[in-house]
Amino acid sequence: MEIKKGIAVSPGISIAKLLIIDSEDYRIPRRQIEPSQRMMEIQHVRDAFKAAIGELTEFEAAQDDTEGGKIKDIFAVHLRFLHDRSLRKRITDLVYSESVTAEYAVSATMREIASHFAKQKDAYISERAADMYDIERRLLKQLLGGRREDVEHLTEEVAVVARELSPTQTAAFNRKFVKGLATDAGGRTSHTAIVARSLGIPAVVALEDLTECVSGGDTVIIDGNRGIVIVNPDEQTIQQYEEYSQEFAQLEHKLDAIREKPAVTRDGVKITLLGNIEFPDEAEMVLQKGGEGIGLYRTEFLYLNRESEPTEQEHYEAYAETIGVFKHRPVIIRTVDLGADKYTQSKRFAPEPNPFLGLRSIRFCLQNLTMFKRQMHAILRASVLGDVKIMFPLISNLQEMKQATMILRDVMDDLNEESVKYNKDVEVGIMVETPSAALTASTLARDADFLSIGTNDLIQYTLAVDRGNELVSTLYSAADPAVLRLIRTVIQDAHKAQIDVSVCGEMASEPEYIMLLLGMGIRTISLTPPMIPEIKQIIRSVTVQDCNNLARTILGMNSERQISNYLRDAARKILPEAF
Amino acid sequence: MMQTEQDSPQKVVCEALVQIKNAEGLHMRPAMQFVDIASKFDCDITVSNDQNTVDGKSIMQMSMLAATCGTKLKIKAEGADAQEAVDALRGLVEEKHFDEPTPSNQKKR
Repeated sequence: MEIKKGIAVSPGISIAKLLIIDSEDYRIPRRQIEPSQRMMEIQHVRDAFKAAIGELTEFEAAQDDTEGGKIKDIFAVHLRFLHDRSLRKRITDLVYSESVTAEYAVSATMREIASHFAKQKDAYISERAADMYDIERRLLKQLLGGRREDVEHLTEEVAVVARELSPTQTAAFNRKFVKGLATDAGGRTSHTAIVARSLGIPAVVALEDLTECVSGGDTVIIDGNRGIVIVNPDEQTIQQYEEYSQEFAQLEHKLDAIREKPAVTRDGVKITLLGNIEFPDEAEMVLQKGGEGIGLYRTEFLYLNRESEPTEQEHYEAYAETIGVFKHRPVIIRTVDLGADKYTQSKRFAPEPNPFLGLRSIRFCLQNLTMFKRQMHAILRASVLGDVKIMFPLISNLQEMKQATMILRDVMDDLNEESVKYNKDVEVGIMVETPSAALTASTLARDADFLSIGTNDLIQYTLAVDRGNELVSTLYSAADPAVLRLIRTVIQDAHKAQIDVSVCGEMASEPEYIMLLLGMGIRTISLTPPMIPEIKQIIRSVTVQDCNNLARTILGMNSERQISNYLRDAARKILPEAF
Repeated sequence: MMQTEQDSPQKVVCEALVQIKNAEGLHMRPAMQFVDIASKFDCDITVSNDQNTVDGKSIMQMSMLAATCGTKLKIKAEGADAQEAVDALRGLVEEKHFDEPTPSNQKKR
């Protein structure tokens, strides 16, 4: 039994066999297998060689003989290695004699050969180590690709363990069987965390070396309340956790009971609670949990896990499905926010050195107009089906906003010409996610129908902290005075311009921040669906008067620690079970 | 050719001592040429330097010899076509030197 401590990012308890997803970008840890599994692993090795040969043969054929056929030569050499029986035997012998996984045997063998080359004095020969790494990666890609498919075709419940999870990977999960997530990297707002919360499954991140401590088939307990992962727990621990898990479920049940009650403060102020969703099938969950609409409909899922861009009709159908669930309640569709993710970067000709400051989100859309217009065409077409609003992400200056709106007008003209019906008065808002947008909110508010504060990026850009980097993730906090001052500015400017302002970042689903947000003037909150009952419970337990007082005190404080302690104490008094 | 099917293969053993003459040594492309030629023959082919003896038909093993210009290697072939194999491989290494420049005819920079 081994206990690992990380950061709890999605509540709940899961006890399940684990499934590891390795990545060819990281060192493959040594993992033991049962002797009875050895023949299967050896078959995996053979299959990987075969597939790699197939892939490389295609590549080689596609190369022309320019540059003296040098590139073709490299592929030809790599092919000889893949055809080399003594190489394959060395790998399968390692699987057999040491009972290790195919991935580990491939990686260890190729690296051993690489280091043999690297040791040679002759520069020409020592550089051949690079070829060995290339062959290693090619084989691992095949092996790991196969394992990833396993996640798509699960037949029993598992907890997924990985170094980190990309949107492409999570989009492919068979979500019926994935019962928990645990990753080495990540922070409170990493993709893993967001996905886990939206699926309502427990998750723990920032476990540092968890993937090196586990083997496939181990049992793990993921405690998403306390941020603990227990590898191969003993009987007694399993029993304790089963009891604890039941108690937790009862609390959840109790909260579900307030679903039908309105989100109104004790002094009678109505707060609108909306859901953040990624997939159309999450829309139902928003209703079940008592949400009144969609405040953030992420549309990236349409692009992930597929080779070609989605068609206009595919966009339309996804939107129509979601809007159908909500009828005439609001559905705010955010235009696609791609660019900084691994998926887009890997498709790029040359990866950007600094993707989060690069061509992402609205910037990416404004340079890929065909794609952007196609999505807006579909949204506009769907706008007659309900109360649809359009939201542009990552607007960082007025120019971008005017450009995006102009393109929307172009698409409207197209629809007019095609005689397609759409809502001509569709509301158009922006996400405030950069300090520049927050500081110029008064200007942006003149052209927008609403503002929605995306706290995740706003915090990252304000504090210059990568939220996924476990070395600095403790610096990432919504309670930082700099962040709070920007948020207050945005709220005040929106009020002056008499337009709606909401918060849709992770901050809005953290109980300790709710009183503060209400106190700063927020009346609409969009959050991850499983958290709606708990947040509603808090709203129903406070008065706006109390919240105003709390906000005034907080905004006079100068340190993050002081603020977060104060907020936690205040929230604990209201909902003791949650803390 | 001369052998009939029921006969066991004639046991011919051939050896040759060769020296690597191309400037860049037995790097990947030469190693590939070597195993490609070696693989055309039925006989077993081994190649040795001072320390190791490896399979002349395995690119992994051949390239791991890391033979630089000037290195002496012993090629040994066993089997019916051993003589042809050794002749062909010696030709590749010493006469054609893998179609690459030798230090003497390499351009001075």
